[in-house]
Amino acid sequence: MIHAEGLTKRFGDITAVDHVSLDVADGEVFGFLGPNGAGKTTMIRMLASLISTTSGTAEVAGCEVGKASDELKLRSLIGILPENVGLYEGTSAYQNLEYFGQLHRVDPATLRSNIERLLRMMDLWEKRDLPVATFSKGMKQKVAVARTLVHDPILLFLDEPTANLDPEAAKMVRDVILELKKEKRTIFLNTHHLDEAQRVCDRVGILRTRLLTVGSVDALRAGSTGKRTKVRLEQASETLVAAVRAKLGGRQVQVSGDQLIVSVDDPDRENPEIAEAVVAAGGRIRELSQLSPSLEEVYLRLIHEGPGAS
Amino acid sequence: MRLSQAWIITRHDMGLFRRKRGILYGLIALPLGVGIGFPLLIGYIVNSAGTGGLESYLPDLVNAFSLWWVIGAAMLPTAIAAYGIVGEKLEKSLEPLLSTPTTDGEILLGKVLAAFIPTMLAVWAGSALYQFLVDLETRGPLGYLLFPSWDMALILFLLAPLACLYAIEFSVIASSRATDARSAQQYASLVFIPLIFLYIAGEIGSFPLNTTNLLIISAGMAALVVGLFFASERLFRREEILTRWK
Repeated sequence: MIHAEGLTKRFGDITAVDHVSLDVADGEVFGFLGPNGAGKTTMIRMLASLISTTSGTAEVAGCEVGKASDELKLRSLIGILPENVGLYEGTSAYQNLEYFGQLHRVDPATLRSNIERLLRMMDLWEKRDLPVATFSKGMKQKVAVARTLVHDPILLFLDEPTANLDPEAAKMVRDVILELKKEKRTIFLNTHHLDEAQRVCDRVGILRTRLLTVGSVDALRAGSTGKRTKVRLEQASETLVAAVRAKLGGRQVQVSGDQLIVSVDDPDRENPEIAEAVVAAGGRIRELSQLSPSLEEVYLRLIHEGPGAS
Repeated sequence: MRLSQAWIITRHDMGLFRRKRGILYGLIALPLGVGIGFPLLIGYIVNSAGTGGLESYLPDLVNAFSLWWVIGAAMLPTAIAAYGIVGEKLEKSLEPLLSTPTTDGEILLGKVLAAFIPTMLAVWAGSALYQFLVDLETRGPLGYLLFPSWDMALILFLLAPLACLYAIEFSVIASSRATDARSAQQYASLVFIPLIFLYIAGEIGSFPLNTTNLLIISAGMAALVVGLFFASERLFRREEILTRWK
């Protein structure tokens, strides 16, 4: 659905997006993570042909990004939810959707049924004639999501859809995204909510002007440095810990109650050695398990240390 | 350029303006005020002067007054155009609009028409009233009807539409730099200055508003409209709006 090769955007001397290459498959929910100013919004705008690229190429929904003759076709196939909802506050939810449906050239009968289906899905059908100005932030965001879907796009770009929402409203919107995921829509989701990415996305990419890494959340956690092995002991005495430390050499060993937390690079190879060291030091193992870093830890390490940290 | 796509935007924007009382009252008040006020003033002049010598100055006076329809055509759309663009900036609705399969030119045309159509309808309605009332006041003393006339037709169907477009294009440019509708309108109010000079020149007789001079002014105005069109088109580009408009 999306294939980008070396996409770069410069604004004068500032490089907003630097040589980003990525692929997003049909029906995939792809999360783009990154701090503010990382270039996430610029990336969406380039992929949606809203702004030009400085260099690089991309194909989105079968259309060549930046090719003038493909621009309108591309925008008719995709739906974009910008960071700011941008609704016409004085008009009703129904009128907001109707206007955008008309601009997308949806025929009147289909448009009416799409609006009804979407507003019912968002639980807003009963409030369809009320001015949007009277809605809560969460309700407005749902109207904006419905607007993004009114022409039945095959690809959705959602830019920070839960930013600035309270937890309840954010959950409402996240539930809608999960609903869309069930419908097998391709979604490109910009977010800096790691929890959201973990719950919703099939794969994530971490961007800080350059794309630092791409993969499934599990693969990123598993592939990252910072893996640890937890050994729960019957009893962790000081002499036992000192003996284990001596046997394990340079590895970092932390003690937490009756648990030893040992830093490892290759758990498959090192865990048997750890078990042997504990038993040899006279310890009795109740449980040995692997601790993977959280997505947050992976993210922070990559953002602060760069791709070499992965 | 698809006119039907631009028309969707025009219809939508005109619907929004209908809800804005300030804009609606402006559209009604000015044409009504000029349409009734000037004939009353002319009636007062006619009654005060009696019949002697009216033929020598009354047609020129009425012609000079008629130029107010050009000024009105430039004044009325600035509020609409400023709101139509700055309003979208404030509501942050330009980005969703730009994300639709609509070209920059279609959006710009839609916005221009949304300001142009109600303005010109208001100007034509007000001027019809004005012409009727002026004829009512002056037919007796002059012995003939001042309106309709070729000069008035030039003013209403050539100069006023050009002035209207000129003001709208200027407003688009002002809106790209303004952060609220009021300041956009204040910038755009600069458009009246050359028109006011024209009016004064017409009143003091240094540039009588006869057919030839009206055609000369129209040609100058048309050149301005073309120049401003290219300037506003350059500013009203997707990338410019998304990355530079604040």
